[in-house]
Amino acid sequence: MISASAPTSTSTPNVTAAPAVTAVRGASPAPVASLRGARKAYGPITALHAIDLEVRAGEVLAVLGANGAGKSTALGLLTGRLAPDAGEARVFGLDPREDAVRRRIGVMQQEARLPETLRVAELVALWSGYYPDPRPVGETLALAGMAELAKRPCQALSGGQQRRVQFALAICGRAPLLFVDEPTTGLDVDARRAFWDVLLGLRETGTSLVLTTHYLEEADALADRIVLIGGGRVLAEDTPAGLKARTTGSRVAARTALSAAELAGWPEVDAVEPSGGRLWMRSRVPDALVRRLLAADPGCTGLEVRALSLEEAFVALTRAETAS
Amino acid sequence: MTTTTLIAAAPAMPTVRLLALYLREAGSEILRMARTPSFALPTIAFPVVFYVMFAIVLPGQWGGLHKATYLLATYGVFGVIGPALFGFGVGLAMEREGGLLELKRVSPMPIAAYFFAKIAMSLVTGLCVVLLLGAVGVAFGGVEIVPGAALRLLGVLLLGSLPFCAIGLFVGSLVKGQAAVAIVNLVYLPMSVLSGLWMPLFAFPAAVQKLAVLWPSWHLAEMALGVVGQARDVRYGLHAAVLLLTAALFLSLAAWRMRAR
Repeated sequence: MISASAPTSTSTPNVTAAPAVTAVRGASPAPVASLRGARKAYGPITALHAIDLEVRAGEVLAVLGANGAGKSTALGLLTGRLAPDAGEARVFGLDPREDAVRRRIGVMQQEARLPETLRVAELVALWSGYYPDPRPVGETLALAGMAELAKRPCQALSGGQQRRVQFALAICGRAPLLFVDEPTTGLDVDARRAFWDVLLGLRETGTSLVLTTHYLEEADALADRIVLIGGGRVLAEDTPAGLKARTTGSRVAARTALSAAELAGWPEVDAVEPSGGRLWMRSRVPDALVRRLLAADPGCTGLEVRALSLEEAFVALTRAETAS
Repeated sequence: MTTTTLIAAAPAMPTVRLLALYLREAGSEILRMARTPSFALPTIAFPVVFYVMFAIVLPGQWGGLHKATYLLATYGVFGVIGPALFGFGVGLAMEREGGLLELKRVSPMPIAAYFFAKIAMSLVTGLCVVLLLGAVGVAFGGVEIVPGAALRLLGVLLLGSLPFCAIGLFVGSLVKGQAAVAIVNLVYLPMSVLSGLWMPLFAFPAAVQKLAVLWPSWHLAEMALGVVGQARDVRYGLHAAVLLLTAALFLSLAAWRMRAR
């Protein structure tokens, strides 16, 4: 890719937080959970490259990224489901596999087949008994929106309902730190909004929350901070507003007689990349770019404009950050 | 960032609550399996149906042995091994595949409670089978057994099922999901037949009889037969030692498998 700004090294894509966020960090107490140089590989595939991440008391932290970015692995390390190959995971200052830690966290994983023949309330009661000071089962079920289905066997639940039961299991122990892995995948729009309200309600009561998602919208609606993960690395860390402001843009493609180098010099163009006989340009002002392009090269064909995908937006963001 | 350690002010689990946790885990495991017909029906019905057929319906006289009493011991062994292998092995394999075990491992559940529940379920199911067999044998097979011997038989069978829990644990740690069903069937049925649990060993060729010492189920059957007076000169110490060794071997194998992941 030819960057409009100065060429940068791709080996150091770690973008640290903006100065404002750094100031907040300086003032904050010890994190409730953290990864330090945590690395995890599955055979030859490195899922996480030595990442640093911290969760502060009382915040909602969204770990955002595309499928396969390493979100679930990061969560697996934080919850003690996985052990890091290098580096360390700490929750409340301890190894997350310590009993003392597990009594203070609630976890909702992406997939778990619930015991088919147990009823919802039975399963939640069982799980509540794992914790020293659990919520009453009725309250848990109500929060998870499962009160009416309390007597239903798990095998008779829809996928979305099963997700809610898993959420109930995560919150039943009144744990001060929750980890939820893609909680709203498979939920319809209404259910998703209702779920967001519950999460925000828990935050009101002082619960710290880490959620993974591949919806920017979800991270935006819930999170105090977003950690963006891609290719097993932390690409960016910012508030939702900060991140959004930095990731607007479109992709414009055209078959044109103009050279990539010439286009890279245009102020409308942030980056240019030849691909499949066309030139792909990233632009924050696609309308202006298209007008200028057509004026400069009336013979240009194969014109296409589309919004940047999350991934592209973040690649763009990374490059812009490291260049400046 | 400084290396501040934040010692978790984790509320401890009072012993009473911990005890309740273990019992609740076992209770829900028993409830879960009792509601699973594909487990409960075959593990309980098969031994009883076979026992009725071979010990009561089919006629025959075995010299100095009492057929219904003899087969009560061997079908008792067959009956307690089934839940140990299926409940433990298949249950573990299914929960590993479905992700429930992982979810439990990141929950505050002590892992010992998980295994305690599986063992309790296996023992309770085994107890049901043995009680049913005994009732059928006494009512229809002319089995006469004094309470002391009955209790000893029950004790031998239930304790003796533990090594098979270890085998189940190993199978469950070896494979996931339905593959465990295949493996357990491959182990359970041939081993039962070759140990003389379905029909007495003296009905088999000499080679099969010689080979029987290899099967842990044969050792358990010898003890059970001795307790009800259907086998002479039973070397209890030797059989118990073999069963203990079996348990130790498969526990270590399972632990090695679990660590390897």
